[in-house]
Amino acid sequence: MNVAAPGARRRASHTGLYAFLCSVIMFFGAFTSAMVVRRGASNDWKGIPAPDLLWVNTGILALSSVAVEKARRHLREGNRKNFNIAWSTASLLGALFIAGQILVWKDLRAAGVFLNSHPGSAFFYVGTVAHAAHLAGGWIAMAFLNWQALRWTLGPGKRTAVDVASIYWHFLGLLWVYLLWLFRFWGN
Amino acid sequence: MAAPAGRPKVTNMNHGFLRRYLFSTDHKTIGLQYITLSIFAAFVGIALSVLMRFHLVYPESRWRLLETLWPDGAPGGVMTPELYLSLMTMHGTIMVFFLLTTVPQGGFGNYFLPLQIGAADMAFPRLNMLSFWTTFLSFVVLCAAFFVEGGAPLAGWTAYPPLSAVGQIAGPGQGLGQTLWVLSIALFCIASLMGAINFITTTLELRTRGMSLLRMPLTCWGWFTTAIISLFAFGVLLAGGVLLLLDREAGTSFFLPAGLMINDKLLANKGGSPLLFQHLFWFFGHPEVYIAILPGMGAVSTILATFSRKPVFGYRAMIWAMLIIGFLSFVVWGHHMFISGMSPYSSIAFSLLTVTVGVPSAIKTFNWLGTIWGGSLRLTTAMLFALGFVSVFISGGLTGLILGQPALDSYFHDTYFVVGHFHMIMGVATVFAAFAATFYWFPKMRGRMMNETLGRIHFYLTFIGVYAIFIPMHFAGIAGNPRRYADFAQFDFLKDLSFLHKATTHAAFFTAAVQLLFLFNFLWSWWKGPKAGQNPWHATTLEWTLPSPPPEENFGHNPPQVHRGPYDYSLPGAPKDFLMQQEER
Ligand code: HEM
Ligand SMILES: [Cu+2]
Repeated sequence: MNVAAPGARRRASHTGLYAFLCSVIMFFGAFTSAMVVRRGASNDWKGIPAPDLLWVNTGILALSSVAVEKARRHLREGNRKNFNIAWSTASLLGALFIAGQILVWKDLRAAGVFLNSHPGSAFFYVGTVAHAAHLAGGWIAMAFLNWQALRWTLGPGKRTAVDVASIYWHFLGLLWVYLLWLFRFWGN
Repeated sequence: MAAPAGRPKVTNMNHGFLRRYLFSTDHKTIGLQYITLSIFAAFVGIALSVLMRFHLVYPESRWRLLETLWPDGAPGGVMTPELYLSLMTMHGTIMVFFLLTTVPQGGFGNYFLPLQIGAADMAFPRLNMLSFWTTFLSFVVLCAAFFVEGGAPLAGWTAYPPLSAVGQIAGPGQGLGQTLWVLSIALFCIASLMGAINFITTTLELRTRGMSLLRMPLTCWGWFTTAIISLFAFGVLLAGGVLLLLDREAGTSFFLPAGLMINDKLLANKGGSPLLFQHLFWFFGHPEVYIAILPGMGAVSTILATFSRKPVFGYRAMIWAMLIIGFLSFVVWGHHMFISGMSPYSSIAFSLLTVTVGVPSAIKTFNWLGTIWGGSLRLTTAMLFALGFVSVFISGGLTGLILGQPALDSYFHDTYFVVGHFHMIMGVATVFAAFAATFYWFPKMRGRMMNETLGRIHFYLTFIGVYAIFIPMHFAGIAGNPRRYADFAQFDFLKDLSFLHKATTHAAFFTAAVQLLFLFNFLWSWWKGPKAGQNPWHATTLEWTLPSPPPEENFGHNPPQVHRGPYDYSLPGAPKDFLMQQEER
């Protein structure tokens, strides 16, 4: 990067992230409008039985966002040890969420709800899997930073990477709340 | 990554062959990779179209070559309708995605955006490399459809369900071939999104000192607007592609309605809506046509100014026009679906919005004319192609206004009139802009000049050729000739058109052959062209302040300081007839 201005890379990373978020919003926006149109197109719409586990997962994801924020505060204060604890907690909770989602899919299948059972189930699987795929991408970034942090190679100087990963993580949390509303309330 | 100040950056010369030519992160190498891929794709696409045109006017003739290439598709050397449709699908897909979308943005944009804004590279060089190789993979996956069981898909570049969703029983290519098509398009979407993120960030964050947004060349504005449109459009196509794939492979019914009988077999799907796919597709598809043409508009503006030795007329109006076109492109998609049974009120709304696009388009056209008006024109090949662009943009845009009327479109839809319209405005206009850009920037990219005499001959013959191909198509459409049919001879009412179709086909052969002149000129000049100086056209933008070809690190540690707008030609009282952007006076 040749622009001498300090912080150029930091700004670029944020701009790139927000651009990326726009494209993710468009993807899920198209998904939503497909869902609305498909529901109106025929009278075969059915909701999905919502396992309680979904609520547990939601809580886990929310907690991971809280942990992320705590970690960032510690990093700003230069407290690397506490950063490591909080960030590792966030990564663990993130992994737990994905594991929880896998259990949800298993439960649903056990209850006889498959991808091709009816439109409601189809959209549920597509939406949750797409969300989990985006989340897995964010989790890999998170875990990579975690690995660096635990080897003490991540200082306050790498704040940009931490910030970008955090913003993405919160975004995916909000996206999850939205999807949950879509499936649980609008779609039932 | 930032190199610490004062320390020379490691240059490419130290990298091995792989890092230098294949997995390079240098935007210039990546740009050339995109350009190479596009030129190859273009010739594949041309070859397919020649085969199609041949079949249309000589449907009965036997051709050994065809049988060798497609033993099932051309038994006895006669092309089956299925083979025809698969050639058509592949032609459209290759041309739209791997030529018209790829060369203006991935190719020239990659090469020249960082140079023109005074940056060392794109914002995310590794992401840039990744988007090229994803595009490449997407092309390979698409072409693989030719070689798999059943061959290439038949559903056209728009891939409407039910045909595209029901699988093998709907035709040979509808099995694995169509699946590969969907995968290829999904990969292409991902690659384009990565590219868009890179372009937007580069434009916003990496401009050098003094390069305010309103001092950027219109080329940069074209790439920037295109990137924004791509960012909002490709995600939607990706969503449509995922759902289509699931309908094909997982037994869902997003797009497949109940009671479908295909080849005497009743399908199990129920409740889906084929129109839903059309909406998703065209919500992407209309912006896509502007993704193809906007970078060309930017390049043409710059080239017209350079060779008229005049500033672009109405620079700010040009920017506004581009942004407005970009915005409007998201609210007109319904004009592709007038006859889909939508409510007449929606038709009227879409129609009004569609014709509104005519306003910014007209602003651009008049500003181009204003730019050359009274200038001292230098009719180089680049200039000729830029003028040709304006010409076909007008001829193709006017037919768009006709198609934008629901009453007229209910007759013209799915006729050759549409084929004429979009080839003129999307195909030819974009390709002309790409030719203009090639002749204009080749000296910078290679350090050698292309041959002007050969270039002009190529221009004039191509110009005549494309009009000879595509204007008659409008007449065929007016006569009611449907598109996407493998054989017209069976329809009595089309018998009278056989001469017109023959003429079109011969014009197509001729024009295709003429493109070899370009290929020859390009390759010959690449190795043997006379050396070009730093700034052979006396142009004003920053890339011309560097040696040709530019060094790997572009401006190195001396990013230029910009003092003026991009088109300071014929300044009153100036010592020479142009001032470059970094010149103080
Ligand atoms: C004032 C400007 C324009 C208007 C009013 C307009 C209008 C239309 C309409 C109404 C159709 C649908 C015809 C039908 O299928 O029945 C159409 C098709 C098309 N237009 Fe345009 N257009 C304009 C400019 C452009 C430009 C600038 C491009 C590309 C660079 C373009 C590319 C296409 C393509 C590719 C199709 C056909 C797609 C297909 O069915 O395969 N148009 N246009
Ligand atoms: Cu359109």
